[in-house]
Amino acid sequence: MRNAHSSPPIVQAHGLWKRFGALTVLKGVDLEVAEKQLVFIIGPSGSGKSTLLRCLNRLETPDDGAITIDGINLLSPKTDINKARQRIGMVFQSFNLYPHMTARQNVTLALRKVLGRGKEEADIAARHALDRVGLGERMDHFPAQLSGGQQQRVAIARAIALEPRVMLFDEPTSALDPELVGGVLSVMRELRESGMTMVVVSHEMAFARAAADTVIFMADGEKLEEGPPAQIFEQPQHERTRSFIRQIDRH
Amino acid sequence: MDDFVQAFLNLDIISQASPILWRGLWQTLLLAVMVVPLGLIGGVILALLSTAPLRWVRILAAGWVDLFRAIPPLVLLVFLYAGLPFAGLDVGAWGAVAIGFFLNTGAYYGEVLRAGIDSVPRGQTEAARSTGLSQAQTLAFVVLPQAVRNVMPDLISNTVEVVKLTSIASVVALPELLFQARQAQNVTYNASPIVAAAVAYFLLLWPLVRLMSRLENKAMAGRG
Ligand SMILES: Nc1ncnc2c1ncn2[C@@H]1O[C@H](COP(=O)(O)OP(=O)(O)O)[C@@H](O)[C@H]1O
Ligand SMILES: [Mg+2]
Repeated sequence: MRNAHSSPPIVQAHGLWKRFGALTVLKGVDLEVAEKQLVFIIGPSGSGKSTLLRCLNRLETPDDGAITIDGINLLSPKTDINKARQRIGMVFQSFNLYPHMTARQNVTLALRKVLGRGKEEADIAARHALDRVGLGERMDHFPAQLSGGQQQRVAIARAIALEPRVMLFDEPTSALDPELVGGVLSVMRELRESGMTMVVVSHEMAFARAAADTVIFMADGEKLEEGPPAQIFEQPQHERTRSFIRQIDRH
Repeated sequence: MDDFVQAFLNLDIISQASPILWRGLWQTLLLAVMVVPLGLIGGVILALLSTAPLRWVRILAAGWVDLFRAIPPLVLLVFLYAGLPFAGLDVGAWGAVAIGFFLNTGAYYGEVLRAGIDSVPRGQTEAARSTGLSQAQTLAFVVLPQAVRNVMPDLISNTVEVVKLTSIASVVALPELLFQARQAQNVTYNASPIVAAAVAYFLLLWPLVRLMSRLENKAMAGRG
C-alpha cells in the first residue's frame, strides 16, 4: 500500500446510519480513505453504495454518524457546505452535464460562480481540465453533440477543474456502451496516478484489480468485507462476497 | 353579398373610425407591455416559492395559485377598481389592472413555470450543488434556463391569452382596442370597426402563435 498511514485519512466516516422512511439503507458504516488512495466499493444493487457516496458530500444527510473530510466536519451545521463541496468532486452514473451549456461552460460555471474566477482565468482552467480528459478539441460542443463517454469525461473535467481533494465516482461507466468504457477508465487511471484520492463505486473489476488500494464489499447497508483487491477477489471470506464476485465475473 | 360588405367590411366606416381604433390599439399595446412582465414576475416568484424547502411555503404558494386561477379575472378587476375604494384604497384604473393581472396572470405563469422546474431532472441540481453552487445559483444558472426552455410553448400560449385578456380593462374605463371598436360600432350602427379590431388582434398575435407551433413541432421532433 502506498502512503500507509503516514498522515490521518483524508476521508473519515464513522458509524453512518441512513433511513428512508421504514427502510434502513446504511447501518453504521465506517469508511476511511488515506490520501492518494483509491477505495473501490462493490456490492449488489440496493446495498447502499450510492447513499454512502452521497453522504460523503452531503447530498444525503446521514441520520447518525460523523464525517470528516480534509479536516472539515461535514455534518456540523456551522460548516459552509458549499465551500466544503469545492474540495469534494463527484461524478454521476448519468453524467448530469448541463444540456444548455457547452463543455467549456459546464466546466467554467462553478469556477466563476463558486471560486469567483474571472472569465479568462476560468477559460484557461477549463481548457486545461478538458485537455486532461482528452476533449480540448470539443470545448464548444454541447452535451447532445458528444458521445456518452465524452460526456462523462466532460463531467470529470467539471469536477477536477475545481481542484478537489477527493473525487467520488458513482458507477461512472454503468450507463456507457461497452466500447466507450475504456476511455473513461483510462482518464480515471490517469487521475489516480497523478495522486488523486478517489472513492469509486463500480462493477469494473479489472479496473479495481489494477488500480484499487482497497476493495470494500457492501451488502444490506453494511460493510461486509474490506481488503486489498487480491484478497477480496481471490480469497473472499464471506459467502456473499464469493457469490457476488462469481456473478460479476461471469459478465 | 353587398349587404355583407356594407355591414362588416365597410371601408368608409373603418377609415372614419381609424383615429380612435389606432388609439385603442396603442392602449392595448401599452397594457400588454405592462401586464406581461408583471405576470411573469409574479409567475417566477410563485414558481420559486413552490420549490421552497419549507412545506408550508409550498402549500401557501399552491393555495395562492389555485385562488387566483379560480377567481374570474373580470370579477377580480372590478373588485380592485370599485371595491377597494370602500376600504379607503383607491388604486385607480391602471393600478387595478396592474394588480389584477399580476395576481391572475402571475398564477397562470407560475403554474407553467413550476411544471418547467419539475421537468428538470434532479441530477441537474445534484451535479450543480456538488460543485459548490448555492441553491439560488443552481436555480438561476442551471434549473431555470432549462425550465423556461422546456415550457416555452406554454409560456407563449399563456402570453397570447393574456394579451387577449387585456380587453377586460375596458370595464375600468381604459379605452383599449375592443372598447374603441365598440364605441365606433355604436356611433355608426355598423360592425366593421369590430372586424377591424379582430384583424388588428390577429396581426398582433399571429407571430406569437406561429412561433408557438414551430416550437411545439420542434419539441415533437426532438422527442421522436
Ligand atoms: N431518496 C431516497 N428515498 C427513498 N429510498 C431511497 C432513496 N435513495 C435510495 N433509496 C433506497 O435505498 C436503498 C439503497 O439505495 P442505493 O444507495 O442507491 O443502493 P446502491 O447504490 O447500492 O444500488 C435502495 O433500496 C433504494 O431504493
Ligand atoms: Mg447506486
